[in-house]
Amino acid sequence: MACAVSTDLVTGATHPLLAVALELHPQVALRPEPFGALAYHYGTRRLVFLKHVDMVTVARSLADHPSLEAALAAAEIEPSRWPSFAAAFESLRLSDVVRER
Amino acid sequence: MSASTLARPSLVASLKSGLDAPICLTWELTYACNLQCVHCLSSSGQRDDRELTTAEAKQVLDELRAMQVFYINIGGGEPMVRRDFFELIEYALTPQNGGDGIGVKFSTNGAFIDASNARRLAAMDYLDVQISLDGIDAATNDAVRGAGSYAMARRAMDNLAAADFGPFKISVVATRHNVPQLDEFKALADSYGAQLRLTRLRPSGRGADTWDDLHPTQAQQREIYNWLMMHGAKDGEAGVLTGDSFFHLNALGDPLPGLNMCGAGRVVCLIDPIGDVYACPFVIHDEFLAGNVRAIGGFDRIWKQSDLFTSLREPQSAGACASCGAFDACQGGCMAAKFFTGLPLDGPDPECVIGNGATAVPIALKPRPAADHSKPARRVG
Repeated sequence: MACAVSTDLVTGATHPLLAVALELHPQVALRPEPFGALAYHYGTRRLVFLKHVDMVTVARSLADHPSLEAALAAAEIEPSRWPSFAAAFESLRLSDVVRER
Repeated sequence: MSASTLARPSLVASLKSGLDAPICLTWELTYACNLQCVHCLSSSGQRDDRELTTAEAKQVLDELRAMQVFYINIGGGEPMVRRDFFELIEYALTPQNGGDGIGVKFSTNGAFIDASNARRLAAMDYLDVQISLDGIDAATNDAVRGAGSYAMARRAMDNLAAADFGPFKISVVATRHNVPQLDEFKALADSYGAQLRLTRLRPSGRGADTWDDLHPTQAQQREIYNWLMMHGAKDGEAGVLTGDSFFHLNALGDPLPGLNMCGAGRVVCLIDPIGDVYACPFVIHDEFLAGNVRAIGGFDRIWKQSDLFTSLREPQSAGACASCGAFDACQGGCMAAKFFTGLPLDGPDPECVIGNGATAVPIALKPRPAADHSKPARRVG
């Protein structure tokens, strides 16, 4: 488990997941929708809504970056939004839609 | 279902304006059935000779795969009556043409789940089986589903358990006669390591004729609500499934778990055995027929462009319910329940928990379902 802690320069808030290298679970399929995407996990058979197109962009690129933070930066997400993205990805991690690699 | 944060407009608002493909598609493979349940929503019994062929059914599956439909609910009739049943579900489950497999959940009365078929089903991934049972004992169940159907369902459950299928589902339609048995249904499911599914009775198909005798009383509506608040599957937890079919009860208090909306033509639809596409499994009637998968453009075009589905995705009027403080909670209830009891679609549900359904004035004679596939009545004597 990484012990580095990322710091959000704007809010000072930190979220441990920002430093973690993530990827979409290989059993997850994403289907684009007007509001974002539907994610279906063929293993758990659970359907999860990604309710923002930016979430979808970042989710698809996770495996190409060394950390969630790097993926957010590469997708040009404003750092002020990182804590909410980290929280959203944390909930996706708990439902196994994304996982650590 | 669960949802991540970062919501912009509400998720329900997004879903109401429609998705690029259905989330919950029901496909009834055949109108043929060994049973003649008195509440059958598709009036099944006899096979329709216009039924989709194996090749046509595979073509539909190819289309659904291309649209990234993740899973389908297969029903009937009794789907296992079709000789190509296993061929079709294997075709759905297996990734083809670069697309993913399509998960399958199928509903059955269990007649054809003998020990050997149970083992065959248990060997498949991404397959759910739900066995229909409408009473906790033969007397209650068979009154609705027919003589011998209780034993048939229990035998199927025993065979699935013996084959180590894993957590299959027991699917119960809530009626006046089985609401007092909810705890016992749950205990039965638990005893098999199965999951209980409780859904709402609709006055559809042969259910139009039995609705008055079978639908739960006002007091039972509250009982169902309280019971589901206690046992309903919450986000990510195991619990009793409902297909989000009881949202009309939300006017009683905090919302039940699940989506609080009618999904007809927006996230839900039905493909019937002859390829007709309806807005939901409970409205097999010309008024809710969007097209046929055999037509040019197939299912994709119907889902994305049909006049019916387009109109269902537009904002709907609350009509007579507009002045009711509970409308946001119950959304006016179920379109099919209103339609087949002759009530206006923009008014209260016949089972409105505030009581407005009981006093609502029908606008029409009760519409008859589009097609009746019931077996002819057996001659007596």
